[in-house]
Amino acid sequence: MYFLSEVTKTYKGKRGLVNAVDGINLEIKQGEMISIQGPTGGGKSTLLQLLGALDKPTSGSVVFEDQAMQGMSDRDLADFRSKKIGFVFQSFNLIPTLTALENVEMALVPLGIERGERARCALEALESVGLGDRATHLPSELSGGQQQRVAIARAIVKEPSVLLADEPTGNLDEATRDEIVGLLVKLWKDKGITLIVVTHDSQIAKKTQRHLNIKDGKLTENSAA
Amino acid sequence: MFFTYLGRELTKRKRQSALVATGLAIAIALVVVVNAVSGGIKSAQTQALSGLYGIGTDISVSKEAEPGQGGPRFDVGSADGKTSGTKRTFSKSQLRSEPFIGTITETELAKVKSVAGVTASIATLKLNSITFNGTLPTFSQDGSRGGPVGPDQDGNMPAPPTGGSDGAGGSSFDVTTFTVEGVGVSLQKIGPLASVDVESGRNFAAADEGTYVALVDSSYASTNSVLAGDKLTIGGKKFTVVGIVASNSTAASTPSNVYIPIDVAQALSSNSGVYSNVYVSADSSANLETIKAAIEKKVPGLTVKTSSDLASTVGGSLATASSLVNDMGGWLSIIVLLAAFGTSILFTTSGVNRRIREFGTLKAIGWRSRRVVGQVVGESLVNGLIGGVAGIGLGLAGVWAVNNWAPSLSATVARATNGFAGGPGGFGGPGRDNAAAAALNLTLHASIDPAMIFVAIGFSVLGGLLAGAFGGLRAARLSPSVALRSFE
Repeated sequence: MYFLSEVTKTYKGKRGLVNAVDGINLEIKQGEMISIQGPTGGGKSTLLQLLGALDKPTSGSVVFEDQAMQGMSDRDLADFRSKKIGFVFQSFNLIPTLTALENVEMALVPLGIERGERARCALEALESVGLGDRATHLPSELSGGQQQRVAIARAIVKEPSVLLADEPTGNLDEATRDEIVGLLVKLWKDKGITLIVVTHDSQIAKKTQRHLNIKDGKLTENSAA
Repeated sequence: MFFTYLGRELTKRKRQSALVATGLAIAIALVVVVNAVSGGIKSAQTQALSGLYGIGTDISVSKEAEPGQGGPRFDVGSADGKTSGTKRTFSKSQLRSEPFIGTITETELAKVKSVAGVTASIATLKLNSITFNGTLPTFSQDGSRGGPVGPDQDGNMPAPPTGGSDGAGGSSFDVTTFTVEGVGVSLQKIGPLASVDVESGRNFAAADEGTYVALVDSSYASTNSVLAGDKLTIGGKKFTVVGIVASNSTAASTPSNVYIPIDVAQALSSNSGVYSNVYVSADSSANLETIKAAIEKKVPGLTVKTSSDLASTVGGSLATASSLVNDMGGWLSIIVLLAAFGTSILFTTSGVNRRIREFGTLKAIGWRSRRVVGQVVGESLVNGLIGGVAGIGLGLAGVWAVNNWAPSLSATVARATNGFAGGPGGFGGPGRDNAAAAALNLTLHASIDPAMIFVAIGFSVLGGLLAGAFGGLRAARLSPSVALRSFE
C-alpha cells in the first residue's frame, strides 16, 4: 500500500535546517495496524503528515498504491486526502460552530455527495461510534470522549483506505482512552482499514501489530512493543 | 453546506461580524448622506439659478462684444429738449443693447440649434432701457461756450454761467434704467419666462407679436408701482403692461425687469435679426460638456456656459455648504470608506488567523484551497452586504434627520442681465455695475438618488470582496501541515 524510499523532510529551524524525517524507508501493507512512538520532536507527526499527503517530502519518494505523492499537485493531494485518508487529531479539531452531524458531513463535501445522502451517511457514521443521539449537539455540548468519537466518525464516514490518528487519546482520561482505543480497534477489524496511530502511550501501542519508533528523524521497527 | 457553514460562522462569531458590518455600515451611511446632501445642494443651486436663467436651461450662450463696440452713450442734440427761459428741460428714452455684450446672428443661432444633443433653444435679446430726465442751462447763455476759458485780453474774467436747474448754470438729471428682454410671444418651456406665474393680467399671446405690450416682473412692478394696464415708456414708445409676472421658483425675481416681444425689441434697439442670449436645453445632462464643446467649435467666439458653470456663480451659505459637502464631505466619505475597508480586511484576516486550525483541518479532510477561499470570501461578502444594508438604513435615517432639520441656506446669484454672470462680457465685464444680485433663502432638502442605493450596495460588496480576497489569500496560502503543526 505505502512504500517510502529514502524519505527526508527538512524544515528551516531557528538553528538552521532540521531533518524532521531523515532517510526513512518503510513499507506498509493494506489492513495493517501500526503504532509510531518516539520522543517529542522526533518526527512522528511529520511522518504521519507525509503518509497523509498533508506535506511532500524534501527528498525521497512516498508511493501510495503505485502513485507517487511527490509528483502530485496540491489539488490532486486534496482529492487524494478526501477519498483515501481519514484523520483523527489529538485536539479533535471539530468546527465549533457546526453540530456533530454537520462536522461529519464536512468530510463528504469534497466528494460532491448530494445533501440528503450526505446527512444519511453522516448519521450512520455517528451511530457507528455510538453518538446517533448527539447529532444535533455542538462540540461544546459534548465531552472530550464524545468529541473524539465525532472526529472518528468524520474520519471514517468516507470509508477511507487509511486511518491516521495523531495522539488520539492525548487529551482524554484513562477510561475514555480505553473507550476510544477500543473503538479504533473495532473499526480496524470491522472495516479492514489500515490504521496508523502516533502515540506516546505504550498501552495503545501494545494493541497494534507493528511498532515503529522514530527518534531524530530516524525510524526503527521493534518486533515487540 | 456552504450556506449552513457561512450562516453559523456569522451568527456564532457575532462580535467580529458586527464589528466588520458596523464599520462598513457607518462608511456606507456617510456616503449616502453626503451624496443626498450634495444632491440637495445641487438641486438648491439649480433652484436658485432657474429663476434667473430659466427652468430647463442646460446651456446658455452669449457673445462678448467686439473691441471698440464700447459702453453706453447718451447723445443730447442741440435741438433736444424744451427751452423755458434760462432752463432747458430734457427727457429722452433709449433702448440699447447691454454694454460689452455682442450679438448673435440668425446664422449663428441656426448653427447652435443644429448641434447634436440640442433638443430646444430659445433666443432672446437683453437690453437696457435708459430714460434721461433733467434740466440743462441754455447754451446761448453760456458765454464761455466755444470761447477761451481764462480771462480775456483786457484781463476781465468771463461772465459766470446763469440758468440751468440752480439758476447758476448747473444741471440736474434723473436717469432711470431697467432691464428689458425681448422674448418670443409663444409659450416657452425654457428661457426666462419658463418659470413664471402671471400674478395679474395675462401672459403673452401670439397676437402680441409686433405690438407694444410688456410683461413686468412683480418685484420691479411693486417697487415702481406698476400695475397691469399701465403704460410704460420704453425706447421712447408707450408700452401697455399686459401682465405682472413672478418667478415660480424660489428666486426673488425673474431675470429681467420687463419683457417685450422680440421683434419689437430688435426694431427699437436697432438690432434687427440678432439676439444676445440663447437658452439651450440638452438631451442629457451627461452630454453638456460635449455639447458645449461642439457649440464652441461650430460657432467660435460664443461664450457657452453649462449649468455647472452657472452653479459657480451662486454665493452665500449655499456655496459654502456646497464646497463643504463636495470637498470635505467627499474626502471624509473616501477616508471613512477606506478605513472601513481596511478594518474589514484586518478583521477578516485576523479571523482567518484565528481559524487556522479550522482551515487546516478542512484541508486535511480533503477540502481544496479554492473551496476554503470561497467560504472565507462568502462570509466576508455577506458581512459586507449586511453592513451595506445597515448603512443604507442608517443613511436614510441621516437623510431623514437632515430633512427634518431642514437647514436654511442663503444664496446670492449675480443677476446677469446678459444671461450669465461672471463670464466674458457678462456682469463681470469691465466698467459694469455688479451690484445687481439676487439674494434667496432656500431650504435644503437632501434627496436620495435611487442609483445611490446600488452604488452603496456596490461599495459594501467591494468592501466584502476586498476583505474576503485578503482573508482568502491567507487561507489559500495556508499549508495544512503547517496549520496543524502550529498547535498540535
